[in-house]
Amino acid sequence: MTTLDSAIRDSNEEQGLKPRSELTARELMREVGAVLRMSEADAAKLADQPQQVQDPDEDQTMILNMGPQHPSTHGVLRLMLELQGETVLRCKPIIGYLHTGMEKTGETLTYQQGPTNVTRMDYVSPFFNELVFSMATEKLLGIHEEIPERATWIRMLMCELNRMSSHLLFLATNGMDLGAVSMMIYGWREREEVLRFFQKVTGLRMNHNYIRPGGVAADLTAGWRDDVLGLCDAIGPRLEEYDTLMTGQPIWRDRLQGVGVITAQEAIALAATGPILRSAGVAWDLRRDQPYLHYDQVDFDVIVGSYGDAFDRYAIRINEVRESMKIVRQILDRMPGGDYRIQDKKVTPPPRARIDESMEALIHHFKLFTEGFKVPEGEVYVAVESPRGELGCYIASDGSSTPYRMHVRGPSFVNIQCLPHMMRGGLIADAVAIISSVDPVLGEVDR
Amino acid sequence: MTDHREPRPVPLTDGAEAGAELHGCTLTESLGQRVLHVARERYVEVVRAFLADGYEMCTDLTAVDYLQAPGRPLPQGIQPERFEVVVNLRSLRDRAIIRLRVQVPQDDAVVPTLFDLHPGTEAMEREVFDMFGIEFIDHPDLTRILMPEDWEGHPLRKDFEVGRIPVQFKAAGRA
Repeated sequence: MTTLDSAIRDSNEEQGLKPRSELTARELMREVGAVLRMSEADAAKLADQPQQVQDPDEDQTMILNMGPQHPSTHGVLRLMLELQGETVLRCKPIIGYLHTGMEKTGETLTYQQGPTNVTRMDYVSPFFNELVFSMATEKLLGIHEEIPERATWIRMLMCELNRMSSHLLFLATNGMDLGAVSMMIYGWREREEVLRFFQKVTGLRMNHNYIRPGGVAADLTAGWRDDVLGLCDAIGPRLEEYDTLMTGQPIWRDRLQGVGVITAQEAIALAATGPILRSAGVAWDLRRDQPYLHYDQVDFDVIVGSYGDAFDRYAIRINEVRESMKIVRQILDRMPGGDYRIQDKKVTPPPRARIDESMEALIHHFKLFTEGFKVPEGEVYVAVESPRGELGCYIASDGSSTPYRMHVRGPSFVNIQCLPHMMRGGLIADAVAIISSVDPVLGEVDR
Repeated sequence: MTDHREPRPVPLTDGAEAGAELHGCTLTESLGQRVLHVARERYVEVVRAFLADGYEMCTDLTAVDYLQAPGRPLPQGIQPERFEVVVNLRSLRDRAIIRLRVQVPQDDAVVPTLFDLHPGTEAMEREVFDMFGIEFIDHPDLTRILMPEDWEGHPLRKDFEVGRIPVQFKAAGRA
């Protein structure tokens, strides 16, 4: 046993990397994540010849802990890396540093309070969390077909703007991770413009609690059309600037092309979704393939890559901003009038003025805010396409006013399983580019 | 409330033909979604059959602890148990999704792993192990994933006490 192995063992960390001497074929298969459906014999061969290590007994490798406090890990992701020189031999993501038991908390909150909880999961794209929770609740209530048209279109508008702000943040952090610091400033600047609109409509920049079971919390503010048009007109040309600044630039291409490659087969087996799956050439987007809201009525393209590398994932995201703008412009033309929430006294609280006049309204108000509404027994799984991939919500109801079990399938949680696979055999400097291209949000990973 | 909506009849069977079967398991419908009730003994076999049918992605794997809701509606012939493992399989080709529900008894909370068929379930099964204490046989790395490794108990179990609990970190007692 090498001193390195004993050091790993002494640290006595169950969740960490295993010592190299304990590297069984099966453990290796886990690590490589899914060098897929490889037979154990094939994996054993790999284990016998850890790449590039001529003589593992000679302690040529070192363990490096990257994170949980590391600027490029986008939060509190910790990677345990085994390095030989600058080459990453093994990698294991260790998570849980931001776990706050949100699924357990969700069991004690009423369906009405639910969105305040789930919106804090993926804090970069909060509207999607609220949307998927609300859609699951509405389905259980059986009111999913009675949601007013305007509410549905407002939901689409906010979600697409949120997709833009989320991808702009990706562009910013991706630039920062690769040393394009000016891109970081630009990305944050544009994202801020979008958040300013969110603040105007919902009152908050993040964690909006805006999309709620039954509709949305408030109508769009006066002048929203001009605001949104202004956003699109401002961000459109700036995307062209990003193209000039980065897309064609040789350094940018050298840092990203051929880095963190994943094949379609591997991505599917690892259940990776969103830009990772699409970068491998699989045209899979729930907005198109399992339409929800009114995505079947708008025209947009699903952006697909061909090499499955970090550059494809960058290019997909920057172009998805353009597609989202295309959708937003269509929504502007089609936004109907009418109610922004369902007029079902059981789900929607009465307007404030009515409470002073009507005993009935007062009772509804009191009931809604003390015990919430009851949701029929049943279970349902609803999924939407968040900027990071398939965001799912599974709710099992026992007929009371709180979910019996509320589970959120976070795309980031599943996607970070790709990291060990993408990093294996790469350089440590590329590790940063790879984490960035997976774009995990740790609030959603740990929940 | 005067206009109180009556709870609808048990939604599990609406739309589904009585006695519908798929791969030898009872197929029901829940709010328009297909749900297959799979016996634990046949779990891996059925998932393998679905994989052959083109259900190539295991989107989600989670569990529910039905300790406080034992009387939930289940189709005939399915014995309700405390735990239920819920698996969502997706076919990208057919744009289809199906949900499998597997009953897992409390005194033998063990399920075979899907890792060999769907490597992407690795983290999800670890999460279920961490949160519910359900063990996955032959899982390559069945350790806690979200909770600290020295945590006691499984937080999403219904009998896990929330509220005042001592901080359980390794270094908490040390100065």
